[in-house]
This record gives sequence, C-alpha cells and structure tokens, in this order.
Amino acid sequence: MIKYLLVFVAIIGVAVMFYPLVEDFGRSTELHPLAQDYVSGSVTDLNMPNSVTAVVVTYRGLDTLGEVTVLFLATAGVGFLLSRKNRIVAVKRHGSEFLKTGASFLSPLIIIFGVYIFTHGHLSPGGGFQGGVVVASAILLMVLADLSFTFSHGLLHFSESLSGAVYVLLGLLGVILIGADSFLDPRYLPMGVYLSLFSSGAVPLIYSFIGIKVGAELSSIIDSLHEEGGD
Amino acid sequence: MLVLIGGILLVIIGIWAMLARKNIIRIVIGFSIVDTGIHLIIVAVGYIQNATAPIIDSAVPFEKTATDGIKLASKVVDPVPSALVLTAIVIGLAVTALLLSFTIRLFKVNGSLNIDDYEELKW
Repeated sequence: MIKYLLVFVAIIGVAVMFYPLVEDFGRSTELHPLAQDYVSGSVTDLNMPNSVTAVVVTYRGLDTLGEVTVLFLATAGVGFLLSRKNRIVAVKRHGSEFLKTGASFLSPLIIIFGVYIFTHGHLSPGGGFQGGVVVASAILLMVLADLSFTFSHGLLHFSESLSGAVYVLLGLLGVILIGADSFLDPRYLPMGVYLSLFSSGAVPLIYSFIGIKVGAELSSIIDSLHEEGGD
Repeated sequence: MLVLIGGILLVIIGIWAMLARKNIIRIVIGFSIVDTGIHLIIVAVGYIQNATAPIIDSAVPFEKTATDGIKLASKVVDPVPSALVLTAIVIGLAVTALLLSFTIRLFKVNGSLNIDDYEELKW
C-alpha cells in the first residue's frame, strides 16, 4: 500500500515538473536567433540545403562524436553481457523457400536504399543515423527469414572500427588544413554546386562513415541477440 | 501543444510502468515509453507555427540579404531539436538492447524475471 502511495507521489512530482513547460508553451512564430543563424549559415557557409544535417555534422559535430561513442559503449555492453560462443543455432523449424528467396532478394535492395539515405543526408531528409538503421534492418530481415544465417564477425568489427577512426581523422583534417579551432569543419573540400551530390565539403563523406558505423554497430547487436537466442 | 501533452502523458505512463511493475521486461518497456515521450516533447518544443521542415531546396526559395544572412520565403522549424532527436532515437534503440541483454543475463543466472527476487540491492 505504502509503495503504491510513493509511486503516486512520484508521478505527481513528474507532472508538476513538466507543468511549467506546458504553461510557457508559447506558440512561437519566429525562429530563435541561434536557430536562424544555423539555418542561414548552413546555406551561405556550408552550401548545404538540409540544416538539420548542418547542425548534426558541423555545428554540433562534437556532440555527434559523443553520441557515436555512447552507441559504441552500448554495443560493447551487449557484446560483453551476451558472450559469443560461435555455436551453431539449433533451428527447430526452417523458414519456407519463398521466405528465404524473398528475403535474400530484398536485403541487397534495402542495403542500397540505406546507402542512398546516408550519402544524400546533406540534400534530403535522412543521414548517417537513419541510413545505418535501414542497413541494419536488412540484416535483421535476413536473420529472421533464415535462423541459420551467419555473417562475418571480422568484417563487422573491421568496418566498425575503421569507420570510427576515419570519422575522427576527417574531423582532424579540418584542424590541420583550416586552423586550430576547426575540428570537424568540413570546408577543406570544395563546396561544389548547391543541391548536387558532391557539395558542402566533407559532409557527405563524414555522414557516410557515421552511417557505416551505426549500421555495423546495430548489426552487431542483432548478431549478439541472435546467437543468444539459440536455446 | 497536443504533441507536447501527449509526450508528457507518455513519460508519466512510462515512469508508472517502471516503478509499479514487477516484471523486468515490462520495466524495459516502460523505459522505452519514457524515451518516446521525451522525443515527442523535444520535437514539440522546437515547433514553429505554420512552418515547414528546415531543408532549403526548391520548395523553400530564399534570397541573400546584405548582412550575410538569408531571407526565406516560408518559415522553417528549429533544426536543433530535430538534430537532437534523430541521434537520440538510435541511442535509445541501443540502450534498450543493452537493458534487454542485461535481462537475459539476469534470467540465466537466477532464473527469474521478477524484480522482487533480486534483493541484493535492497535497503
């Protein structure tokens, strides 16, 4: 009884905490000056239509590096808790031929779609994080359709660590080529034509490596959970 | 406004699920609901009335002004909350997977999913 009372008090406390947010929720009609600066800077300085990508990759690029690190830590935690034994998963009931053929037909297309999303992250809605999740969903489709499906752990770990290292190196190139306070500044490559694929400096490169890293990490989570679910 | 209130309701439901339920998997589901609610709140805070997505292509014409800025033909929403949420969704997925694998480990060691059976951390 006392426990439910405490839970009730905690929920009321959360509601009171959020109440000022609802009260102050003015229907804002003007962009905040900082956001205005980001939007116009992404067009004039970076030659990039998608200002969300400008914020993620360039203006708040250090935060994104931190987020990728958190993702890596979570993946490492999953791999640590579910120790891999490389055993063959005992399949009780195989998927039908239709399911397997359909999945192996669709998976490469889904992977190509994911690559499209993360290479066009600076032009259209999308980017490394979304594209990486789409790539991982193709792996999940393969695993669900055929439980004995395995893929190379070495390739996964190699692409994961390589893309992480290249991401940091591309950031450091800004420091070397532009100036001391330009970590993750993509303007050392040519700006290109507005709204074309090879534009806005190194942003498509950086976002592609983020996409590969996210895809490899989520695939490695799927792989750990899959190998655990054998018995 | 509706999105903001919906997000707050989701956070409250999720916290209730985390505090009042006994099954560890339900606690993880509660965490996931709180996560979604917080994403909705962040997106709602960045909304501008009658604005479109902050992608300045042919749909949103602009002209350059003298003071090194641009003047947009239509309003756009704040890009910063969108950027925060798009990374937070992926991080939330990975953290949920971490919680679930912790649950699998607990179940393998102690053979129970009831949170009351784990008394080591009780005071």
